Amino acid sequence: MSNIPVLIVLLPLSAALLCMALSLIHWRLGRDVVIASVAASLVLSVIQLKDVIDHGTVSYVFGKYKIPYGIEFRIDAISAVIIVMILIIGFITLLFSMSFEVRDGGKVKNSGAYTMLALLIVGMVGMTSTGDMFNLYVFLEITSLSGYCLIALGGSRGIVAAFRYMLVGTIAATFYLLGVGILYSQTGTLNMEDMHYMLSRGVSTEAQAVALVFIIAAFGVKMALFPFNGWQPSAYAHANAGSRPLIAGVMGKIPAYAMFRYIFCIYGSEFRFMDEFLLIVGIFSCCGIIYGSVRAMAQTDLRKMLAYSSVAQIGYITLGFATGSPVGIVGGFLHMLAHAFMKSGLFFGTGAIRQKYGSMKMEDLGYIYKKMPLTSGLMVVAALSMVGIPPLGGFFSKWYIGMGAAGSHHLVYLFVLVISSLLNAVYFFKLFEKMFMARDKELPDRIPSEVAQEVPWNMVLAIVVCFLAIILIGVFNVPIVNVLMPTVMEVGS
Amino acid sequence: MTNNMSGISVFLADKGIYFLTAFLLVLGIYGMITCKNYMKKLICMNIMQVAVIFFFLCFGQKNGGTIPVQVTGLMGARHYINPLPHGLMLTAIVVSLGTTGVGLALLTRIKEKYGSIEEDDIIKGENKF
Repeated sequence: MSNIPVLIVLLPLSAALLCMALSLIHWRLGRDVVIASVAASLVLSVIQLKDVIDHGTVSYVFGKYKIPYGIEFRIDAISAVIIVMILIIGFITLLFSMSFEVRDGGKVKNSGAYTMLALLIVGMVGMTSTGDMFNLYVFLEITSLSGYCLIALGGSRGIVAAFRYMLVGTIAATFYLLGVGILYSQTGTLNMEDMHYMLSRGVSTEAQAVALVFIIAAFGVKMALFPFNGWQPSAYAHANAGSRPLIAGVMGKIPAYAMFRYIFCIYGSEFRFMDEFLLIVGIFSCCGIIYGSVRAMAQTDLRKMLAYSSVAQIGYITLGFATGSPVGIVGGFLHMLAHAFMKSGLFFGTGAIRQKYGSMKMEDLGYIYKKMPLTSGLMVVAALSMVGIPPLGGFFSKWYIGMGAAGSHHLVYLFVLVISSLLNAVYFFKLFEKMFMARDKELPDRIPSEVAQEVPWNMVLAIVVCFLAIILIGVFNVPIVNVLMPTVMEVGS
Repeated sequence: MTNNMSGISVFLADKGIYFLTAFLLVLGIYGMITCKNYMKKLICMNIMQVAVIFFFLCFGQKNGGTIPVQVTGLMGARHYINPLPHGLMLTAIVVSLGTTGVGLALLTRIKEKYGSIEEDDIIKGENKF
């Protein structure tokens, strides 16, 4: 049996634990070990993806315990794709955050940020690959705790945002645990596959429904689905600048995937209140899409605008799930991929602008396209993809979600999709207007030209990777859908 | 009448503990919403987590079961309680310890930066940054 699934988690985990100690020996040793381990995991995850595409679902059993009793990593095509996405964005975020080191003499003062970033990656990869419900809770908490620390590293307002997120996030984790407890007391199993088997053989429907309410609420908080999104804007806006792309781009997507697994893989279409639950998720998503877009229009701070737009975009993903048809679900996953690259791309762009000119206000962006052509190119592509312009990733994901909504006769969902695309256009064209038309504020350039023409190489790499990913997801949407579709057909109704 | 009473007491003896844990859970959430002091919010968070731990331990109990260590002459799973909920809760306790630790660390930083852990003062201070 190949050890790849566990190595992907284990390498960054051990590097994260070693990072602080190694930083004491030499200031860049810890950082380099973390980056190398994530790069190695990235390579392994690509190998794993190829393996899963060729040979179907991979199952890794820990300690040779028999399956319903032991812990299992279970990687199907969807989770393999998501793991590759997490590791790509994690890797470029690690490189990107090198520019945000706080140096004090020969020492890096915030080398703990690399530890936390690596732990965040570990938690998210673990959540995606695990096949055990309690194991998911542990990885959820690893993700959240490192997320709190990274948000708290963002300065005075970041600490308060992190504390508030911690309170709400702990309620969410406790609710998740409660839901798992109810299911466990009814079935006596924690393995997801076994749980599906048990639930389909007549467990009291009321207990199942109560557990699902707790679990949806828990993941709703973690992914900032609409009525649970109170913590999200300030947390995303005030997080540590170097790690913001990973937090904003990927951290919200993984609970959405976990929710997908609960609704479709564990409960499945045998569950009696399935349609009602999907309808509730759909209503939440529709409200979230409209609310997030409207609030984003009113913001002047670039980070806040992008954070509110994330509320809307998470709504698209869950809307795709709420259609309940395989095409819609695949659309949700495609949007998950595309939006991860779009949102981290936009945050890479704002991070680069902040590093060069020290401002995050919309009105200071005047003439930026002449001064930072690469960065503004990425931001334009990412924003157009958000709005949904055809060759880019965002268009195709919305197209599949729309097809799913039309196929399951949810015409309101289609209407909300169109309206929100127009709203997206309003606030992103406001951004374009500031970037291309507004007067030059002539802010002082903080990166000397002998260091780099525009931004340092690590930022350029992050920008180029996101730029290419957005276009490639759009152009090659059919192969991606072909990879995801068989798994969704298996579990979808 | 007496029959009815015994019905209630049987019900309470059987299920009453779940109402108490549910009450503890709601009490914790209520405290987190209403308290203005961040330290009190953190304490209420702990109360809420403990409630779920109790919940797991309660359904892990069974009448006439002994500790899950094999005793000579006592064969069959029905004589032993299921150790798994307790094992899970050990992990959950460790997680809640970690969360509390992070929370306390954040609180000391808040106290350093804002000079107070009262919500009103922090909101006032936030507008200055």
